[in-house]
Amino acid sequence: MATITFEKAQRWYPGADVPAVPGIDLEIRDGEFMVLVGPSGCGKSTTLRMLAGLEEVNSGKIFIGDRDITNLPPKDRDIAMVFQNYALYPHMTVAENMGFALKMAKIPAAEREKRVQEAAEILGLVEFLDRKPKALSGGQRQRVAMGRAIVRSPQVFCMDEPLSNLDAKMRVQTRTDIAKLQADLGVTTVYVTHDQVEAMTMGDRVAVMKLGELQQVDTPLGLYDRPVNLFVAGFIGSPQMNLLEATAQEGQAKIGDYLVPVDETAAKKMKGNITVGVRPEAWRIVSENEGGLPVRVTVVEELGADAFVYGSSGVAGTPNNIIVRVTGRDKVHKGETIHVTTDPHHVHVFDTATGERLSD
Amino acid sequence: MSDRMDAVMVAEGAHSEKAQRRQYKRTPGLMADGRRRSWTAIVTMVLLSVLWTVPTVGLLVASFRTRDDTVASGWWTAVFNPFEAGWTLDNYERVFQGSDLGEGFVNSVVVAIPATVIPILFAAFAAYAFTFMNFRGKDVLFILIVALLVVPIQVAFQPLLNLLGPRGVGISGDYLAVWLLHTGFGMPLAIYTIRNYMTTLPRTVIESAKIDGASHFQTFWRLILPMSVPVLAAFAILQFLWVWNDLLIAKLFLSKNPTVIVELQGLLGAQGQGKELLTAGAFVSMVLPMLVFFTLQRYFVRGLTAGAVKG
Repeated sequence: MATITFEKAQRWYPGADVPAVPGIDLEIRDGEFMVLVGPSGCGKSTTLRMLAGLEEVNSGKIFIGDRDITNLPPKDRDIAMVFQNYALYPHMTVAENMGFALKMAKIPAAEREKRVQEAAEILGLVEFLDRKPKALSGGQRQRVAMGRAIVRSPQVFCMDEPLSNLDAKMRVQTRTDIAKLQADLGVTTVYVTHDQVEAMTMGDRVAVMKLGELQQVDTPLGLYDRPVNLFVAGFIGSPQMNLLEATAQEGQAKIGDYLVPVDETAAKKMKGNITVGVRPEAWRIVSENEGGLPVRVTVVEELGADAFVYGSSGVAGTPNNIIVRVTGRDKVHKGETIHVTTDPHHVHVFDTATGERLSD
Repeated sequence: MSDRMDAVMVAEGAHSEKAQRRQYKRTPGLMADGRRRSWTAIVTMVLLSVLWTVPTVGLLVASFRTRDDTVASGWWTAVFNPFEAGWTLDNYERVFQGSDLGEGFVNSVVVAIPATVIPILFAAFAAYAFTFMNFRGKDVLFILIVALLVVPIQVAFQPLLNLLGPRGVGISGDYLAVWLLHTGFGMPLAIYTIRNYMTTLPRTVIESAKIDGASHFQTFWRLILPMSVPVLAAFAILQFLWVWNDLLIAKLFLSKNPTVIVELQGLLGAQGQGKELLTAGAFVSMVLPMLVFFTLQRYFVRGLTAGAVKG
């Protein structure tokens, strides 16, 4: 139905020293679930609001399909938006809330009622149609906000952190519901969140942003396996990737006495100060004389199937907390010193100064 | 003017407290928000309420006494010796017989209703623009309007009498002149109060309306106005009471159709004769404002925006 194209779209708030979004280039495919993720203030919401028409585009262009919508008012863009705080109309019933946009579009009452009814059935809101928002729970309000978006059958859904006001359990459930609904409807969706777990679980592709700049756009696994820079490496994944400062000497990465195995591409490119990234599950426990990185265990989080071991190596440049995932239970105890190593294809090598990825 | 401002602030405080109270279940011994009941607070409040009511009670008592009695002794002597006080309904009788209070009542209504509705409607329009629209000079204009709050009515009378009188547009003495004046003098505070309220409305609701395709006009009538009912009602009460009790503007600009207050003032002779009628007349004139207050009072509750956003 509709692709979305950002062409150097810039937003510069009046009076600000630097643009909130200096110029974003992004292509979103038809029917795709695109997640914009990043820490607060990274410009992800601004980008979404530019698409929705709530934020002026100072330069550059935005297209939906091949329509240039850069200067169109929101109502002519054929989009629907779900807000973080739902933005329901408090004095209207659920049915009136959902039908408001159709009413504004002068769609006849019978048709309106039919579409509201359909949307309410999809979302399980039929019995609440006559209630006011204040008589609904948080999860129900969230669904009304979703319903308001889907009755319009727009070309694009814009969702601005729609789950952040729900409690943890509701959030996980609604996460799946939204992803499924989007897949069923096949409407191109742009979803903003600061939660990387949401980004990983919901998105067809994920765009990681920082300070208004796109860092990487890729599938969730693509981001996980091949982060292009230190920021993405640190942002995606929970618990975080271990980022260890090392020095490159003649194709070898050294952390204290420990030689980190690296892949060939990185071995050729790296020199000087580098940062080595290893995911918690990529560590292997080895015996002391095999020459691993020593880790003195400070905390063990037993999760049943596996455990996260937190410890420090005492070697300069390594973080206070080295996180190691251990499968099985009761293998490592607080106070012990374990030795860990990893394999070349699990190691991400970055240039410390530029943050660029050096590994293959 | 400043009296009215205080009153608005008090009113705003009152309805937010009420809204809070509504959210919690009552438990005996505890306040609505779960804290322990404070006896000092209760005693202080009762004391203050009594203190504030005393003059009105005095007026009420005096309205049932003869002129000679009120001159000879204070109203409280009648309260302490209720059986020897010599109560009389004479004052009320003479008020109804001796003046055109009935006609004054009608005139007052004709003045007060448009003089309440017009400024509030215009002020709501203006407040919407000041809150949700962007235009050049918005802040300067707003400061200018708020600055008008300090202009006392009296200093504007001379130029206004010229402007509206026979030498100007020639409407002085008509209802129209009084409506205009009350609108003009009421607007700055109305805009200020209503705008302050509107800025507390969730912005995303307006953005959502924008995406839903509502024009400014539709957003105003269908969303903002219903959501602003508490402040509109609060201000309507204040404006109505103000206009109803106004003597100055009505006396000067509505010579043809005297309002209740002007009639009352007419009861009082130059040497103070007839002052016993004033007490009774005051109570008669209070009936309608009281009615207005108690009917609109429930709108003081601010609960209308509940449910728009989370929590």
